[in-house]
Order: sequence, then C-alpha cells, then structure tokens
Amino acid sequence: MYPAKFDYVRAHSIEEALQLLSQHEDAKLLAGGHSLIPMMKLRLAQPTTVIDIGRIDGLRGVRRISGDDGDTLQIGALTTHAELAASAELREHAPVIAEAAAAIGDAQVRHRGTIGGNIAHADPASDLPAALLAAGATVHLQGPSGTRTVPASAFFVDLLTTDLGMDELVTGVEVPVRGEGTGQAYLKFEHPASGYAVVGAAAAVSMRGGECTAASIYLNGVCATPLDGSAVAAKIAGTAADDATINAAVAALTAEDPLADVYASGEYRAHLAKVYAKRALKAARDRA
Amino acid sequence: MSGKIGSAIKRREDPALITGRGRYTDDLKLPGMLHAAIVRSPHAHARIRGIDIAAAKASPGVHGVFTAEDVNAAGLPGMVPVGWLLPELKTPPHPILASEKVNHVGDAVAVVVADERYQARDAADLVEVDYEPLPASSNPKKTTEGAQQIHDEAPNNIAFDWEIGDRAKTDAAFAAAAHTVEVDLTNNRLIPFAIEPRAVIADYDGDRGAITVHMTTQNPHVHRLLMCLASLGFPEHKVRVVAPEVGGGFGSKIHHYADETIVCLCSIKLGRPVKWTATRTETNLTDAHGRDHVTHAELALDEGGKITGLRVETWANMGAYLSTFAPAVPTYLYGTLLSGQYDIPAIHAHVVGTFTNTCPVDAYRGAGRPEATFVVERLMHLAGEATGLGPAEIRRRNFVRPDAFPYETQVALTYDSGNYEPALDRALELVGYDALVAEQAERRKDRTRPQIGIGFSNFIEACGLAPSAVVGSLGAQAGQWESADVRVHPTGTVTVYTGSSSHGQGHETTFAQIVADKLGLEVDQVEVVHGDTDKVQFGMGTYGSRSAAVGGSAIARSVEKIVEKSKRIAAHLLEASAEDIDFAGGKFTVKGSPESSLGWADVTLQAYLAHNYPDDLEPGLSATTFYDPSNFTYPFGSHICVVEVDPETGNTRLLQYVAVDDVGNVINPMIVEGQVHGGLAQGIGQALWEGTAYDEQAQLLTGSLMDYALPKIHNLPMYTLDRTVTPCPHNPLGVKGVGEAGAIASPPAVVNAVLDALQPWGVRHLDMPLHAEKVWRATQA
Repeated sequence: MYPAKFDYVRAHSIEEALQLLSQHEDAKLLAGGHSLIPMMKLRLAQPTTVIDIGRIDGLRGVRRISGDDGDTLQIGALTTHAELAASAELREHAPVIAEAAAAIGDAQVRHRGTIGGNIAHADPASDLPAALLAAGATVHLQGPSGTRTVPASAFFVDLLTTDLGMDELVTGVEVPVRGEGTGQAYLKFEHPASGYAVVGAAAAVSMRGGECTAASIYLNGVCATPLDGSAVAAKIAGTAADDATINAAVAALTAEDPLADVYASGEYRAHLAKVYAKRALKAARDRA
Repeated sequence: MSGKIGSAIKRREDPALITGRGRYTDDLKLPGMLHAAIVRSPHAHARIRGIDIAAAKASPGVHGVFTAEDVNAAGLPGMVPVGWLLPELKTPPHPILASEKVNHVGDAVAVVVADERYQARDAADLVEVDYEPLPASSNPKKTTEGAQQIHDEAPNNIAFDWEIGDRAKTDAAFAAAAHTVEVDLTNNRLIPFAIEPRAVIADYDGDRGAITVHMTTQNPHVHRLLMCLASLGFPEHKVRVVAPEVGGGFGSKIHHYADETIVCLCSIKLGRPVKWTATRTETNLTDAHGRDHVTHAELALDEGGKITGLRVETWANMGAYLSTFAPAVPTYLYGTLLSGQYDIPAIHAHVVGTFTNTCPVDAYRGAGRPEATFVVERLMHLAGEATGLGPAEIRRRNFVRPDAFPYETQVALTYDSGNYEPALDRALELVGYDALVAEQAERRKDRTRPQIGIGFSNFIEACGLAPSAVVGSLGAQAGQWESADVRVHPTGTVTVYTGSSSHGQGHETTFAQIVADKLGLEVDQVEVVHGDTDKVQFGMGTYGSRSAAVGGSAIARSVEKIVEKSKRIAAHLLEASAEDIDFAGGKFTVKGSPESSLGWADVTLQAYLAHNYPDDLEPGLSATTFYDPSNFTYPFGSHICVVEVDPETGNTRLLQYVAVDDVGNVINPMIVEGQVHGGLAQGIGQALWEGTAYDEQAQLLTGSLMDYALPKIHNLPMYTLDRTVTPCPHNPLGVKGVGEAGAIASPPAVVNAVLDALQPWGVRHLDMPLHAEKVWRATQA
C-alpha cells in the first residue's frame, strides 16, 4: 500500500496544467484522487509525476446556460459527486446524473471524487458514464491546440480508455435541460464489496399525450464501455411504453463480452442488465 | 452492591478512540526507529532455489536484509509453535523465514529494514527469490487426493484424524430411524479484517540482553510465552510484551505469527528499534483465516420428530501450517457443540484436519462453535420440513428440558444451566410470526414476486474457557484461568491489573463497574490496567467470550478478599468483631448499632497508616486472584431472521432480525447489545457476502476490499434484541459471555431464511455466501 516514488506539482490554471502535461512524460492528472491514488498504492499506476489540478479556479459547480438549441447545464470538471447529487439544477433538469452521483461510493468518496476525474478514468463499473449518455451529455476537453467537444457516446472508447488525448484534460460536461414530459432514472445493483455497479441502468423516457416520443437506456458495469440500449429504446418509442411493451423490449438488449469477476459472471451480468433496463425504463416513464 | 452492575454507562475509553487520540502500535515512534518490510512468496507452493539480496542491500536507506541464515546465525530457535496438541497430530516445522520451500502465498522469505517504510518497501521489491513452482491445493477435502505433498511429516496432507461420540450407537440410531435428513455443506473461509492491521515494534537492549515488543495482541503474556519457548528463545524475564490500544482482532491477534519474531531479529541484528505494520494486502494474505469446512451431516428422527442420532463427517482446512490454537478449533470447539440445544441420544463426529497451500486457519469469532451451530441448525431446518412439523415445533420437541440440567451431552460437555423454550417463544412474539407466515403464503401464490423467508437459529455456545485441567487433558499447552490484582490506594481509589487484555471490548468500563459496584465507589474511582507483561504478572487474554466470565470473576474474587480484610480493619477501629461488620454502599457499620460506622476511605487509609491496626494483620490492601472456572459457561439464544428474496435478481434483503439471547447476568447492557450487534453483522456477512476465494493455483482472489465484501451498514436491518436471564450457576457474577453469540447464531438464521424463501423452487441447500447470482441460478433450475 505504498506507492512508488513520484514527483508532485500543482497547477493553478488550465494552461499551466497543459504545459506541465507536455513537459512531463508519464505524468498523471490528480483531481479528487479517488481513482488514481488507489491504483498508485497498489502500484498498478506508477506515474513519475502527479499534476494536481484540484485547485484550479472556475472548474467547479453547475451553471445553467441559455443557448439557441435550448438551455444546457455546464458542469465543471472539478465538481464533486456530492455537489452533483445535491445540485438543485441537476435534480430538476438532469436528475439521472444527480441520482447516479448519489449512488457512487460512500460519503467520503463523494466529497472528494470529481466528475472530470471519474469520466477520464472510465472505470466500466462507475456510475456516471451511462447517466451522461442517457442525459445526452457532451464532454468538453482542452489541449495545446485549443478546446473541443465530444459527445459522451464517442468519449468512452474502451476499458479505462477514452477519447481524451495524452496532452488534454477534461474541463467540463454539458447536459441539455430535460424536456417537458421527459422522465429519467438511475437504478443500480451494487457490488457488495466495492460498491461499484455490477449493473447500473440509466434511462430517459419522453411521453407526450400517452405516447412515448423518445427513450434511451444505457448500462454501466456490463461491458467495457457503457452498454448501448438503443435497440431496446427503438422498440419503445412510438408505443404507450406500457409494462408489457418494456418487458418485451428489453429482450433486444445484448451484451457482447460481458465483464465477469468472482462475484458475478458474464451471463449473470447480461441477465441483470435486462432486469435493470426494464426497471429503469419503467421508473423513468413513471416520472415522465 | 451499589447498582453499578447492570448500568448502561457509556464506555470510558471511547472519547479518546473516536477523536483519534488512541495510541495504537503504529502510532508509537521510538528514538532511532527503523522500518521493516517483509518479502513474501507470490507462489502458493514453491521450492526456493536461491535468494539474492545484493540489490536490496544496496538500495537507498537500507540498513539490513535478513533471511533464514540470519535467524540461525543469531542463535534464535526461529520456529512458530503449535499451542494445542491432539493425539497423533502432525506438527511439521514452521520456520519464521522460509529457506527451502514456501507453502502459501504470503509465506515470509526475507525482511528488509530501512530508515523509512517507503524505502523498505522499494527495497523489498529488489530481493530476488528464485522459485521453482510446485502444484498447489486449496480445498480441504481434495488436498488429501492431490499429488502435491506439502509437508513430509504429513502423508496425504492429513494433519489429524479425530473423532468424538459413539459411532456404533449412532449408526444403530440411523438404522432404526423413521426419518433421516442429510446435507452436504461448506462453511466458507473468512478473512478476519480487524480494522487495525497487525503491527510490531521490537526494541532490543543489548546491554541487558532484553527486548521490548509493542504489538497488536489479544494476549501479551501468551505471546511472550510462545516466543520464549519456540521462536525467539529469550528467557521470559528478559522479554516485555506490550499491547497498546488494539483495534480489533476477532481472534486473529491471539496467534503467534512469524512476523513478530522476524521484527525482533531485525532489532537484535541492528541494535535499533524496528517497526513493521502490515499493509491491508498483507493482513488479508497472512492474518489467520477462519472456518473453511467441508461437511456431510445427517440427522435421524423417530416418528414423532424426536432426534435419535446425529452423524457428522468434516474436512477442516488447517492451511499451510498449524497456527497457534488451530487444532482445537475444528475438534474440541466444534465436535463438542454438536448437541446444540437438543437432547440427542447418539452423536458421532469425525473430523479430518488437512494441510493446503493457503493461509493458516485458526480461531475466528466463535471458533468452531459457529461451524457446529451451522451444521445443527441447517439440519433442524431440513428436519422441520421433512417431518412437516415446521421450524418451531421440531425444535420444541427436541430442546433439553429445563429440569434436565445439569445435562450431559453425548459429546463430552455438561451444560450447567439453560431454559430454551422461553427464548424461542419471545422471539416468535417479537418477529410477529403468524402474520409473517400468512404474508409468505400469499407471496408464494405468485413466484415472480419477491418471496418472504423465515429462518430460525437456536444456538448454544461453550465459552468462558475454562477449567485448566479440562483443557489440559484435551491438549491445550496453556492454562485457562485468569488473573486479577486489585490494589486499593490509601485514599480509597482502586487500580485493577487484569490479565484479560482488551482489544476493543470495553474492559476499562465493564471491569470498573464490577469493582465500583462491590465497593460502593464511582466508576471513575477505578482504573483498569492491562496489556503489559511488566505491569500484569500473567494473564491468558481476551478471546472465546471469556473476559467477563473468567477475568471479571477473578476481579470479583479479589474484591471479595479485599472486603474481607477491610472488614477486619473496620472491626478493629469500631471495636467490634469482624463477623458483626456489615459493608454496603461504601460504608462499614456494626450490626445492631447503625450509629457506629466508618467510610470506605477511613478504612483504606488506616490499612496503609497501620497506626491503629489489628496485631495479626499485615498493612496494605490489595488482593490477587488466579480464577480457574469449574466449568465452561453456556450462553444460548433464539434468533429469527426474515428476508425478502427477489427471484428476478437473486438478491436478498433483510427485513427483520430478532435476537433473544441469554448471556446470564449483564454488567453493562449497552456493551452487551453492542457485542450482539457486531456479532450479528459479522455472521450475516458470512451468510450473504463474505467468501474467501482461492483459484486452482491457490492464489487468493479476494485479497482486497474491492472483492471481499464485508457487511455494510446500509445492507443491515435494525435489529430487534431482547434477553432472557439464566445466570451462570458457578461463577461469582453469574455472567456467561456475549462476544461471539451474534456471530455464532446468525449464519444459519440467514441461510435458513433464504432457503425458506426458495421453498417454492424446491431448493434444499445452498452454500454460503449466498451471493445473488447463486440464489438466482437456484430459481432457474
């Protein structure tokens, strides 16, 4: 439980952090430290330099921004899970993210861990990725050549791998404000040891006049990246989204190469994915 | 009696502990102290072809790197001993540092000492050990069939073959039985997970040839004795063992580990204090684990559901070596408990203890008794189903009747007291049994709904270890009494020196209550000292729920002796005869003349002034007792667990847990309830979540808290607790012990409840831990 030797530097601005990143090989960014530090203590990660971005101003908090395509919520990368869970804006306008954040770890983890660090680490059993997808979020990145945005659906590339470049950092997440008649829900089957998601289902269902106009369902924990339930959602859109329809629709959920550990086999995870997809979709519908 | 006994006063030790001011071994910093890191085998079984320490020695800050050669060169015997012997027990050598062969992952091969622990850890990586891997085994039954031979001394890896009871009589009962039920079960291996990892600071004084060892121990004197006899070889008067605050143990800090003497070796070689604190990974790999049985058990019953026989066959995993008290756990602490709360006329148990390439297994909260209770209570559940009598009635028909005590079982124990049915009645009432059964029937109409399960566990334990002569005849290499030296100061306040060393149980409060109660003092007028071999003459320590029953009784006896002597002093001062002196509420009075009285402090002062004093009495006021109990104590209880099982996911949710315990008289109800709460959490954890997994190569798969699931507060219900009180008839306090009750009773209560919920699917048994996938698969069959 003793990390290998490393250097520590603190960045005071995004620009300084980017500069430090370009100067140091094998450097790692440290925000809340709740993914990086355990990996370092187990010597699974042995960065030569740790660049602490935890105190950069202006990267913390949730703000509502008006835009041409409707309002969005801008979430700073250093916003903690506890702040996400408690945010009135998120609870009202993107509740699936607040619920997923509330389901992370324990109180200590939620008060240190950040949304930027969480998604940059891209643990497949983490709670936020599927929630961002269900909410239609976009990730904001900054690198030496400027800023860019990536839809969450393109951000998570593989196990612990994202679209984030070696010389970039996550500056924030942008989430559209939930439309009228849209319900969201995050339901989680917690791993009894780690507290991570064996399966975490994030759903959004939009209803108008008794008809489902749009649905989405994504699941954490099942595969290397969030499992995309578009095929399920397609069977629900245009229907009344009644229980029978949802029960039948989740049969379309297929998990390629599901994850497995001592606690839950791939087959069981794939089964749980269907159960939790069903339950999350119903919960979202009921809130629509 | 001043009412201090029975009072739920708050634990005096807690303010310091919960504000971070407790001083644990790792908090101590001695001048010039160095830090050790132990190099451990990554292989479960391998021959050592060579060890190259050159690179480690040259690493920054390193003062020394030591291997088995250095143990011999330093003249230390260097062997980890076994403290409990069985007939024909195989006791292969267990060197503190392996030189020829490693036998489990985590076996120690070298130690590195450096200025700081980071340097030691880095240098440990540079020790190059050339291993030749060998086939490994981890299953206690299969290891007897495998090709790999772990110790030359133990053919087929069998450590012992032990039996108890009457085989012929039992076989005859089965031949004549109207009903029989049987079950194949495992009792899952558990990792102790004390919050404080094991730690040692050794400080060798070359001028005196003496060594002081601060360490995490539940029994400092026993540790000193074992080190002096076998691993360290110093004379006992040259060794001081101190237990500072100890942050939990659950048994894991009873045992003598190689690490303790390895750290002593470092200090001897370097002439400086050396500290070692286990990392969490090290504790999981090397703290003696618990349980790990494979068992076949059968119950024979007559037409009316009365048990006629019990037959048990168990393979018990000893791990790679025999840990300190390991041989006792699956034998005398297990086989003797197989009668449970029941009148069983014929019992036979056969236990084979085996070596595997796993961490040694030893006493862990309950130690043998949870394993026995699990066997008996699973069978009672199945018998209730097979006979159609149900879980309550099958137990009622078989309880030892209240007028049958003292009751001699078929497995060597004599239960001194008990009254089992009132506890069951109370538990049924508290749980609301009839309404639950109705709800269960309703749910069973639709198998897609979450199902209700109700599980019973009627447990007994033998604790308060115990008459020394009895445990000696069974193989213990130690006595099982406890000491108490109670010293009254001239001003009347009291210091108690107890051999019962606390590691979180609340001795500082409970023991003070005993003294305060009997002397009419405030609890704050009594100080309790423990955990230091230089302060306490000798003690056996804290385990087996023995502290109140044996350590507390020793204190009570010493206080009685002090009252006796102080009455003689008072009699002299009051010019009366000692027989005419009454002592109550801190006041000495003369029978029949209440106006002539003396306060407690008047008498204690005179005991030290001795100015006006009886001629035939020595000054001073203190008393030492070595209390050796005349029997074990027999706490019992009736627990009912109610679960809801979701057949779609296999997940189990605890709805209710009712525990009606009988631990005899209660000194501090709050501490007793706390013990029950903790024990229940631990047993529920075993039933639902905790499961140590080794792979085919005997690599530990559940080595961290990412994989090994301890019970968490949000997964536990609010417990419903109650007590019946059947005092222990043979100790001065009438107490029986409570430390292990919850952990003993709860695993079968939970498992029986889950199996009851799965009754619509015809599932007869599932092994712990009842992970959701296992339960889900059972509903898919």
